[in-house]
Amino acid sequence: MSIDLKTLDVAAIRRDFPLLSRILHGKPVVYLDSAVSGQMPVQVIDRMTKYQRDEHTNVHRGVSTLSQEATDFYEAAREKVRKFIGAGSSREIIWTRGTTEAINLVAQTFGRMNVKAGDEILLSAMEHHANIVPWQMLAQEKGATIKVIPMTDDGELVLDSLDELITERTRILGVVHVSNVLGTVNPVKEIIAHAHAKGVPVLVDGAQAVPHLAVDVQDLDADFYVFSGHKLSGPTGIGVLYGKLAHLEAMPPWHGGGSMIRSVTWEKTTYLPAPGKFEAGTPPIAAAIGLGVAIDYVTALGLDRIAAHEHELLAYATERLAAIPGLRILGNAKDKASVLSFVVEGIHAHDMGSLLDGEGVVVRAGHHCAQPIMTRFGVPATTRASFAYFNTREEVDILVSAVLKAIELFK
Amino acid sequence: MTDPRELYQQVILEHNKKPRNFGKLEGCTHHAEGHNPLCGDELDLTLVIEDGVVQDIKFQGSGCAIDTASASLMTGAVKGKSVAEAEAMAEQFRGMVRGELDPATQAPLLGKLTLFSGVKDLPSRVKCAVLPWATLHAALKGEEEASTE
Ligand SMILES: Cc1ncc(COP(=O)(O)O)c(C=O)c1O
Repeated sequence: MSIDLKTLDVAAIRRDFPLLSRILHGKPVVYLDSAVSGQMPVQVIDRMTKYQRDEHTNVHRGVSTLSQEATDFYEAAREKVRKFIGAGSSREIIWTRGTTEAINLVAQTFGRMNVKAGDEILLSAMEHHANIVPWQMLAQEKGATIKVIPMTDDGELVLDSLDELITERTRILGVVHVSNVLGTVNPVKEIIAHAHAKGVPVLVDGAQAVPHLAVDVQDLDADFYVFSGHKLSGPTGIGVLYGKLAHLEAMPPWHGGGSMIRSVTWEKTTYLPAPGKFEAGTPPIAAAIGLGVAIDYVTALGLDRIAAHEHELLAYATERLAAIPGLRILGNAKDKASVLSFVVEGIHAHDMGSLLDGEGVVVRAGHHCAQPIMTRFGVPATTRASFAYFNTREEVDILVSAVLKAIELFK
Repeated sequence: MTDPRELYQQVILEHNKKPRNFGKLEGCTHHAEGHNPLCGDELDLTLVIEDGVVQDIKFQGSGCAIDTASASLMTGAVKGKSVAEAEAMAEQFRGMVRGELDPATQAPLLGKLTLFSGVKDLPSRVKCAVLPWATLHAALKGEEEASTE
């Protein structure tokens, strides 16, 4: 892997990804499904293997050299995350199992503390179920209501509606940074400024953003920012909740147990300060270390170079797919990242997905855990190709040929 | 690993394009709606049953090719059959696509419907093929709704 190029050396990068040389149904695999889960480079896999083989024990446990070593690696990974998203302190970085768990944590601590009967939770029309359901559960528990920021037919949020939608009952605003279905990059900085002007805190779902664009949580002024390791070239089972320290300090703990306490007696238990307070039990240590290496890998490639490369692929794929009669692209926002959803007249997305799979082309077909978006656009499901820094124009060509072949078969 | 392309045989493609018995029966005696939450497939099945025999049957809805072709072929196959036979076919169909019954020897009632046997290797698509049959089963039992979840 060469790091000082103006553009990415994709051929060299591809050698870091063993899965990319697999053969599927007699064809070389074309992995256009990084929005579902990214692939891990060998550097990540090898580091986790080394930890599992030679270094494994528990963290924050006693005085053994091994435990201290594991703790150091684990905390170093937290520091890498801090730097990666521009947080002020590593105490603001809480490990979770992923985006979903991070949002549930906020809903059940910060949310429970602040949302009362008659209050409002404001979400955007393009949220993933992960940023809908935890809030619905909270709203139901508290007798609060959910309001929705609408979007245009192109898949852009209607920001003009914010003034009216943010009321004195609004307790939190949840918004996805990059839509996993439409690819829209939402102007979260602007949205946060609007919300803050009315004293409303904002949670940003960055699951699809961190793999594609440089994020600075302090510049955005996000109250909470969440993402998953497995979409960022890291492993499953690890994710991140960033929260402003003032919020984290005011929040009650979530899960109780070992590792999150300062002292326990039968009468009274006191808790660690953040992040410990939110990290009960033994964490996924290897996964956290692996995510740290994934961040090193992505940082070495350079998010600006990654964004430029993916943008070119997206533009090329959009141009080629849009030229196919009967094919409709969902999501035509001005600012898009790496995700291309489409439907073809007369072919259900699942048939398209199966036929592409037969050509070795791995895409997602379905509702993408965002059923309200499907309803909004009046489709049961879409086929989605998503691009990563290791994809090539040739792979886009293979996708287009496979789509044309499916259309021919259904003629 | 089965190549998913093998499932899209001419018969299935043709029934998807021109589904038989498509529509809604006025004055039906039995009716059920089927849903496949995973795909968003929806199926509306109406039947006229007299003297224990399926006199007429129609379906409408939106779904993938596997679902649509399965419904089209199913309606053709059960029309004129007794309720007991239709239930037995549903049983064999479900057994076949789940890989529990050998289509060559253990599904004598299915005839050309055995062309769906390939879905057994594509678990994500089994529900698509089964939805019409699950809906039929519900309608025959007097239930209004069937779901593949
Ligand atoms: C925008 C968005 N939010 C949340 C999630 C949920 O992430 P996870 O399943 O890793 O918790 C995803 C993953 O599909 C996503 O794309």
